[in-house]
Amino acid sequence: MITIQELNEIKQKTLENMKLRLQEDSGKGLHGKHVLICGGPGCHSSNAEGIKKAFKEKIKEKGLDKEIKVSLAGCFGLCETGPNVEIYPDGIFYAHIKIEDIDEIVENHLCKGKIVERLLYEGSLKDGKIKQVSEVDFYNKQKKIALRNCGIIDYESIDEYIALDGYQALAKVVMEMTQQEVIDIVKASNLRGRGGAGFPTGRKWETAYEYKANKKYVICNADEGDPGAFMDRSILEGDPHSVLEAMAIAGYAIGSDQGYIYVRAEYPIAVRRLQIAIAQAKEKGLLGKNIFGTDFSFDIELRLGAGAFVCGEGTALMESIEGRRGMPRTKIYRTAHRGLWQKPTIINNVETFANVPAIIQNGVEWFKNIGTEDSPGTKVFALGGKIKNTGLIEVPMGVTLREIIFDIGGGIPNGKKFKAVQTGGPSGGCIPEEHLDTPVDFGSLGRLGSIMGSGGMIVLDEDDCMVDIARFFLDFTVEESCGKCVPCREGTKRMLEILERITKGEGTPEDIDRLESLAETITNGSLCGLGQTAANPVTSTLKYFRDEYEAHVYEKRCPAGSCQSLLEFFITEDCIGCTKCARNCPVSCISGKVKERHVIDTEKCIKCGTCMEVCPTGAVIKK
Amino acid sequence: MEFEFDWEANEEKVKELKIFMEENKRKKGALIAVLHEAQDLFGYLPIEIQKMISEELKVPLSEIYGVATFYSHFSLIPKGEYKIGVCLGTACYVKGAQEILDKVEKTLGITVGQTTPDRKFSISATRCLGACGLAPVLMINGDVYGRLKPGDVEEILNKYR
Ligand SMILES: Cc1cc2nc3c(=O)[nH]c(=O)nc-3n(C[C@H](O)[C@H](O)[C@H](O)COP(=O)(O)O)c2cc1C
Ligand code: SF4
Ligand code: SF4
Ligand code: FES
Repeated sequence: MITIQELNEIKQKTLENMKLRLQEDSGKGLHGKHVLICGGPGCHSSNAEGIKKAFKEKIKEKGLDKEIKVSLAGCFGLCETGPNVEIYPDGIFYAHIKIEDIDEIVENHLCKGKIVERLLYEGSLKDGKIKQVSEVDFYNKQKKIALRNCGIIDYESIDEYIALDGYQALAKVVMEMTQQEVIDIVKASNLRGRGGAGFPTGRKWETAYEYKANKKYVICNADEGDPGAFMDRSILEGDPHSVLEAMAIAGYAIGSDQGYIYVRAEYPIAVRRLQIAIAQAKEKGLLGKNIFGTDFSFDIELRLGAGAFVCGEGTALMESIEGRRGMPRTKIYRTAHRGLWQKPTIINNVETFANVPAIIQNGVEWFKNIGTEDSPGTKVFALGGKIKNTGLIEVPMGVTLREIIFDIGGGIPNGKKFKAVQTGGPSGGCIPEEHLDTPVDFGSLGRLGSIMGSGGMIVLDEDDCMVDIARFFLDFTVEESCGKCVPCREGTKRMLEILERITKGEGTPEDIDRLESLAETITNGSLCGLGQTAANPVTSTLKYFRDEYEAHVYEKRCPAGSCQSLLEFFITEDCIGCTKCARNCPVSCISGKVKERHVIDTEKCIKCGTCMEVCPTGAVIKK
Repeated sequence: MEFEFDWEANEEKVKELKIFMEENKRKKGALIAVLHEAQDLFGYLPIEIQKMISEELKVPLSEIYGVATFYSHFSLIPKGEYKIGVCLGTACYVKGAQEILDKVEKTLGITVGQTTPDRKFSISATRCLGACGLAPVLMINGDVYGRLKPGDVEEILNKYR
């Protein structure tokens, strides 16, 4: 069992070693340095471990392994430029680092103090001046609460978590506060669920607290269903203790001694880091019996999901933990009354939990000063698609979509034009240019026909066909519908068939009406959120991009040039008359003389794409 | 395609699974944990093993089959020695992941969810691998390949042939 004194001792001792990184110490001469390597999912995929090893070896070779520390940390956010490396206390950000580059960084930067400009992240060089990490555009509009430790601490070190005030909130709660006081803070903060629906967390906790029972449960929903997002994963991998601490706080508040984390089996790294973190917390007595010497005990177990999107839905998740097919329950009881094994249960999302210790530590006023009145605090987004700075960001609620996409995200690459931004994954919708100045919060995105969702944000450009995007999400929903309700099971299938017809150029005008009527039935006639929101990708694209549907149906044309069956190959003025395309066309439908522009007979063309592949000047295009 | 389960070759693993079941069968909701363990051990859930689990846990086979087929993580056929996961997450999709998947399927002559007869390769479509910065992405047994073009597929697969 750990005491608060011991906790503070660990904190002081570890902080001493972290000063360089926190830029509180300028380093002893040239040498006191800390090399931090991003170990987030993206950089991990591009050999972050290998880079760490190479740094260590080279530094050892130089005999500097006493002065220079090397460690891996959670996601830095700028996945686009990975693998990323930061050098502290200088605050220098190196991007796209390869093993071959490491010698140069060690020799020049670490040994001689000469920054290797060639390898700097391009955003940190402006007018010949080198900016620190914290000053680059990508970071300076962000505000980190849920990700406060990601990219700073070593994710496998409980001591480093403790050094940055970890487990202080839990100590305060169990030793100084009553259950009602904890709930009052969470309620007053107006923290809303980050899993998508935005339900007030404090209210949920209060309901479970007030209900008397001999056993209650706390569940962390780490099933991360949105197919194009990785926020929760990054928190679990980069700062697992923040979730454990918050779950214990929730356990204290509602009177539960058992927590479960339902995490996707497809996230083996997150699973491993959680296992390590739970073992560390138990060893220190921060989980287990009589935490901080009080009579509060709390344990956490992992339960692995098995790849079913619907299990992100609270009651389906409980069915799954109970060992059955994950099909949502009919909502006769609230889960706060009868949830897991028919006992009062609260379920919160990973990011929601990650906010809790910070709120307890810094107070309600601090939290409410960030974000908007409707939605205080911040939101983490996984920014992807046709955007320059793909990555993980956390912004105060109320910033506009435009700021996210153009200031933080750096806009659309390759000089293309922005078309829409998709939020909320399969339950969300597409938002067009004219609404880009909408502030991001739960209310405003809902009014646009999309939802905040769990944080997937995919940017689409002029090359993306909106009908096909709707088709993509419906394809997903059909696959994932659990099959309990007819409107969801059959309706989504029919919608998908219609969308497939339209993208193949076989759609009829009635199809558009049919989509609208199906959307209404599915939305109103489904039991769970999956069915109730399944039509959103279709209704939102119909609302803002109806002309694209109509072009497919009436003109058999895909304005974005994306639907294969509707495309025609065309040779532009860039043709130099090399005859290569004509020689390679399997149906000989290209004619033209040497050194003259060639022409494709679109009647005969079978759209194999060979001509496009072989053309040396890129003169063959699809339109 | 039929894949025969070899009891003899798997004797040790079967023993291991039995121990796991013994340790866990009194826990509430143990079935899914047992199926995870079995899938980790054998690489899939042979019907023979499902029958064994049914007897040990006293759960009807129909229920086990129902659970095993509900969750996409569980497979009823063996996976290949090299498991190819093509990310069909949204970020990868808008960057052309479908063409990558088509190319992988065409090159190996099998579709998503299938295994080549020599049990060398199997293909699955995954959701976001957290590497959207590298989209489109595919993963082979933990090795991630990013910023792919359909033309890169052949060369990557050749490394494993
Ligand atoms: C089909 C479906 C999938 C969901 N998937 C997730 C998910 O992956 N992660 C999550 O936290 N919430 C998910 N939710 C929302 C949960 O039902 C629930 O609202 C949430 O976990 C509550 O936590 P919060 O209040 O902290 O957001 C999903 C809901 C539905 C209907
Ligand atoms: S709405 Fe769909 S996913 Fe939800 S319970 Fe009904 S059939 Fe299942
Ligand atoms: S797409 Fe194929 S068939 Fe059509 S013109 Fe080009 S090479 Fe010929
Ligand atoms: S969508 Fe493919 S890695 Fe994220």
